[in-house]
Amino acid sequence: MITPSIKVMDRVILERNHFQKLIDVLITRDYRVVGPTLGEGAIVYDELNSVDKLPIGWTDDQDGGTYRLKKRSDQALFGYVVGPHSWKKFLLPSALRLWQAKRHDNGFQIIPENEEIQKFAFIGVRSCDIHAVSTQDKIFMNGQHIDPHYQSRRKDAFILAVNCGKADGTCFCVSMNTGPKVTFGFDLAVTEILEDNNHYFVVEVGTELGAEILHEVTYREANGREKKLADGIIKNTARQMGRVMDTTNIKDLLYKNYEHPRWDDVAKRCLTCANCTMVCPTCFCTTVEDVTDLTGDHAERWRKLDSCFTMDFSYIHGGSIRASTKSRYRQWMTHKLAAWIDQFGMSGCVGCGRCITWCPVAIDITEEVRAIRENEMIDTSTISGKEKTNAIA
Amino acid sequence: MLPNPFHIQRLQKETYDTFTVELTPTNSTNTFLFSAGQFNMLYVFGVGEVPISISGDPARTETIKHTARAVGTVTRALQKLKSGDMLGVRGPFGSHWPVEESVGNDVVIIAGGIGLSPLRPVLYQLIAQRKKYKKIALLYGVRTPEDLLYKRELEQWRGRFDIEVKITVDTATGDWCGDVGVVTTLIRRVQFDPLHAMAMICGPEVMMRFTIKELQNCGVGNERIFISMERNMKCGIGLCGHCQCGPTFICKDGPVFRYDRIKEFFGKREI
Repeated sequence: MITPSIKVMDRVILERNHFQKLIDVLITRDYRVVGPTLGEGAIVYDELNSVDKLPIGWTDDQDGGTYRLKKRSDQALFGYVVGPHSWKKFLLPSALRLWQAKRHDNGFQIIPENEEIQKFAFIGVRSCDIHAVSTQDKIFMNGQHIDPHYQSRRKDAFILAVNCGKADGTCFCVSMNTGPKVTFGFDLAVTEILEDNNHYFVVEVGTELGAEILHEVTYREANGREKKLADGIIKNTARQMGRVMDTTNIKDLLYKNYEHPRWDDVAKRCLTCANCTMVCPTCFCTTVEDVTDLTGDHAERWRKLDSCFTMDFSYIHGGSIRASTKSRYRQWMTHKLAAWIDQFGMSGCVGCGRCITWCPVAIDITEEVRAIRENEMIDTSTISGKEKTNAIA
Repeated sequence: MLPNPFHIQRLQKETYDTFTVELTPTNSTNTFLFSAGQFNMLYVFGVGEVPISISGDPARTETIKHTARAVGTVTRALQKLKSGDMLGVRGPFGSHWPVEESVGNDVVIIAGGIGLSPLRPVLYQLIAQRKKYKKIALLYGVRTPEDLLYKRELEQWRGRFDIEVKITVDTATGDWCGDVGVVTTLIRRVQFDPLHAMAMICGPEVMMRFTIKELQNCGVGNERIFISMERNMKCGIGLCGHCQCGPTFICKDGPVFRYDRIKEFFGKREI
C-alpha cells in the first residue's frame, strides 16, 4: 500500500487489524505502553503489550456510588469511559522514595534517587484526562518550583487519545468544557468506528512524533464519509452526559458561601474516606514519611499521595485545622472548583465523574453545587444584626 | 528538594520548652542568605522534617538560628541534639516582613509567645538601620514570665532610648512586677502615627485576630498590617497542598501576608 505523507492535524484511517502494530512500534521505540485493561472488577490502567489485553467488547455502567462492567454487543476496543484509575497512577505514583540517607561518624549523608524512568506511552487517554494531565503539568512543571519526579515521567510521554464513543451516568465534561472531543495535548487521537463489516479508527495527528509513529504502522486516507461518521460519534457522546454542572461565577459562588447550611448537610453523608481524592485525576496532594531501618543507620524519605479528607492533613501543634467533616468536604470542593482558579488559572474539575461514581455514599459534586446555587446565601459579613437574621431566614 | 547538611554549633535552652539552635553549613564556604520572616525545613535524621522560622540576624550569613518549641516528635528529637550533630536543611522558603517598605514609617511589632522568633530578624534589621525608621515599638505578650524568649536581648532593647518595649503576661508568677493582661492592651499605650505606621504581627491566630481588630480601631489600615501564618507543611514549595488557606499556599505565598490580601480567609473557622 502506498501511504501518503501525513502532517499534524491530518485525519487518516487506522484499521482495527493494525492496532497491534501500533503497540509494537511503541514497544520497539522503547516505550512502556500502558492503557486500559480488565482488572479488580473494573477497567484499570496497566501494562499493555498486546491489543488483546484491552477490555475488548466490554463497557461500564456508572452512576452515583455504582460501577458495573457489562458486555457489549460488539468488539469495540474503547467502548467504555474512565474507571477508578487515572494517569496520575504513573505520573504521580502513590508511593515514591525521594532519597535515602546513611549515618556516618560526623552525621549523615543524603543519597539522591537515581531514577531511570522508561518513557510512557499512554493508550486510550480521554479528553477529560488530557485536561487533568495538563492541569497537573501546570502545577508540577509550570510554577515557581518544578517537581523533577513528575517532570521525568511526563516529559517524554506519548499520548494516544480516544474521543469517547459514549458518555456515562456520571460524565459532565461538556459542562466543564473539557470534552468529549480531544482538542490538544495528544500525539494521536482516535475515534473508533464499528460498522457492519468494518472496524477502524479515524486518527487525528497531533504531533510530528505521532505522524512518524503512524507512518511506521500503516494507515490509509480517510474519506469524507468516515470523517463525518467520526464527528457524529463525538457529537452524539456530547448529548449523553449523565450530569450537568453550572459553572457560572462558580468561584465567587463558593467563596461567598463558606457558611452555607449545605456543608452541614453533606457532612452528614460524607464518610471522609478520601475515595474522591484518590480517584480524582487532578488531586495532587502528597505527604512525606521519614523512615529508618532497625539499625537506625539507614533512613529514607517517601512521598505518598495524601488526602485533605484525613484528620492528619491539616495537623499542626495543638490539633487539626480542619477537624470537622464539614470543613474537609468544603475544603476539597471549594479548592477544586474555586481556589484552583486563583491558584492555577483553571478549574480543578475536569468533569470525569469519578468522584461521583466512586463515592461509597454517592455524594455528587454537581448536586452539591446545585444545592448551594439554588439557595445561595447573601454574604453576611458586611451586614449585621437584624438584617443578618432576615437574610438567613 | 534534597536537604543540605548543616552542623549544630550551639543548642541553647530559651525556656522550659523552647530552644534556639544555631547551625553552620557543613561545607563552610557556603553562606546562608535569608529575609526576615522566612523559614526552613529542618530534618532530624530518621525522625522527620518540620518547618521552623529563622530567628537570627539576616546580616550574619555564616550561621543560621532557629527557635522552636519542643511540642512534636521532630522538635523533641531536635531539642535532644548536641553541638556537632548534623541536621538537614531545606530553604529558605516563603515571603518576608516589609522591612524595606517600612523605611520612613513608625514600626509596631506585636508578638505572642514564640511568635517573637520570626520577628527577631526584623528587630535586628531595624536596629542596624535605626535612623531610617521613626518610632519603633515592640509589644510582646506571653502566658507567664517563664515563657519569655530572648530575655537578655529584651533587656538590651528595653535599655535603648530609641525603641519602646512593652511586655505583658497573661498570668503573673513569682516576682513578676510588669504588666498583666493580653497583648492587645498594650497597643493603646504606645504612641504611633496610625496613618504612617507599619504593624507586623506573629502569634497564635486568635491573638492575631484581636490584635488586628485593635489596630484597626486605632486607625491602622489593613494594607499596613502584616501577619505571619502557620499551617501543616510538607514540601515548602507549594506542591504538596497541605498548607492551603483559601487560594493561598502559606509556604510560598506566605507565611507573611499583608492583611488586606488574606482577610477574606483569615479568621474563618476551619479554612
